[in-house]
Amino acid sequence: MTTATPKYRNNFLKEVEANVEEGHWVKMCMQCGVCAGSCPLGPHWQHSPQKIFMMIRAGKREEVLTSDSMWMCTSCYNCIVRCPRKLPITHIMHGLANYAHRLGMAPKGQPTEAIAKLFWDNLVKTGRVNELKFSLAMYFKDGFVQGIKNAMAMQGIGLGLVKAKRLNPMEILGGHACKDKSGIQKMVAKAREIEDRRKGFSGAGA
Amino acid sequence: MTASIATNQTILVVGGGIAGMTAALEAAECGKQVLLVEKTPTLGGRTAQLYRYFPKMCHPTCGMEINLKRIKGNPNVRVMTMTQVVAVGGGRGDYNVTLKVSPRYVNENCTACRKCGEAVSAEIPDAYNYGLGKVKAAYLPHAMAYPQRYVIDASIVGTPEGEKAKAACPVNAVDLGMQEETLEINVGAVVWATGWRPFDANKIQPYGYDRIANVITSVEFERLADPHGPTGGKLLRPSDGKEAKNIAFIQCAGSRDENYLRHCSRICCMASLKQTQYVREAYGDAGKSTVYYIDIRAIDRFEDFYAMVWKDPTVSFVKSKVARIAENEANGNPVLHGVDTEGYHRYATEHDLVVLAVGMEPEVSGVKLPDDIIIDSSNFIEGSKDGGMFGAGAAASPLDVNRAVQSATAASLKAIQVIHKNASTEAA
Repeated sequence: MTTATPKYRNNFLKEVEANVEEGHWVKMCMQCGVCAGSCPLGPHWQHSPQKIFMMIRAGKREEVLTSDSMWMCTSCYNCIVRCPRKLPITHIMHGLANYAHRLGMAPKGQPTEAIAKLFWDNLVKTGRVNELKFSLAMYFKDGFVQGIKNAMAMQGIGLGLVKAKRLNPMEILGGHACKDKSGIQKMVAKAREIEDRRKGFSGAGA
Repeated sequence: MTASIATNQTILVVGGGIAGMTAALEAAECGKQVLLVEKTPTLGGRTAQLYRYFPKMCHPTCGMEINLKRIKGNPNVRVMTMTQVVAVGGGRGDYNVTLKVSPRYVNENCTACRKCGEAVSAEIPDAYNYGLGKVKAAYLPHAMAYPQRYVIDASIVGTPEGEKAKAACPVNAVDLGMQEETLEINVGAVVWATGWRPFDANKIQPYGYDRIANVITSVEFERLADPHGPTGGKLLRPSDGKEAKNIAFIQCAGSRDENYLRHCSRICCMASLKQTQYVREAYGDAGKSTVYYIDIRAIDRFEDFYAMVWKDPTVSFVKSKVARIAENEANGNPVLHGVDTEGYHRYATEHDLVVLAVGMEPEVSGVKLPDDIIIDSSNFIEGSKDGGMFGAGAAASPLDVNRAVQSATAASLKAIQVIHKNASTEAA
């Protein structure tokens, strides 16, 4: 790379293509704007998907990866259905969010990132989602006092779920697990290792 | 029955629009025998349904008239209307074609005196005006129709309405006993000039063509602007008949979209730019046109026309594919929602009328063609494996009138070569 060209380099596009799920589609965007106009949460995004694709191509690495825009996606798939070029926009948004998380660049205290991380940690422990522990972890994520407040506010729903046998209070003691718990954990660790090697992560932002 | 109207020295041209008429005439004026078959009751096709051509903004009447005069004066062209190709057998230089001729219920005695139309009260949707308005069930397709002969719609045959038409005719031209006929003919080469149809706007769900009265298509807008159209040339919107002065044009309505038509229909940008000038023609500086586009594709020398429209203060451009259209129920105005690409601004803009620049789909899409025909991924006809059949005009590619004529001339030349080869082998 010569010094005359850094303004025009497309290193970030190449990086996205290599490391972000479905990232190779970004170059196909023709900037029509239908995704942005079709998104039910559109007005709440700082950068619309179409704008993010253009920012990637313009090399705005920092702005894209620290943005909370892609964390706003609720996977309604309206954009994928409408996109005239059939870009898998939902998947690209999740891919970008995941990549920003792995690089530790996601905005501090981003709630979607926090819940996703709690969910993942909960899941990989036993190979099964422990809903009781997951809910409690959510309640207490902002400290003990706030956790008690959240639990009190939600107790009616919690008791209702217990009565309807949709929530087992005994799950607090370890809870159900899949048969080969350590096998699942080894599998996930191996997958992570392969991904880290392929994408050049050093295990940061796990 | 086998008709001796054609031999293997004959070129069959399928479709009597501008491309078919051109292909037929070019061959006939080279001395070749041509059979020109047309599905509808008249020649002229969709070109005859335009108000004006771009870029010179002249009326199709004049070009059509010249072509019709050439056809009338050339004994080498035989025209059959209300005729469809049912099957093609054989191969290059020697095809056996089966034609189906539908009854017109009016014979060549007809002088187009209108008396049958006046006598009949039943009405049918007006195909010439894309179903905007109705015509009598005994009708002349349009003022430039060729042949200048009325048609009795099959729906009134065998009813008292049909008898009224027959009784009103002073020259004994109404023949309600006509039957469908099948003909087997022999030809040397076939030019497919089967043309195009506007993409079905109902399929573009977010644009609400099926549920918002004031969302219409570009071909319907041509009819509104035309003095021969259903509004006498006034730009009256469908919901309340008010003059539409603030009009939005939405480009790529169906085209360049993996969900609908994959191809760029190529003419729609120019068609919308042209139609903004209909708005100016109607209202002067008081009209307002807004073109919503992905990118304007005014191909080659049409860039000048685009530059001219760009300078027009009544026309503005928004670089955005509209995401959806809602309706303001209080006044019937369509409201366009989307995000533009120059600054990423979110908009919700109200207009009196929305014109969808619908894409061009080959008329033969969904029709079973002879096995030998080669079509592309959008169903346009590329030719035939045996090299004796050719696509021409909008059947071959999305083309404007000018380029359709060029394409037809090229196809005609290829067909003539097939016939020449036939003639030389037979002489040897």
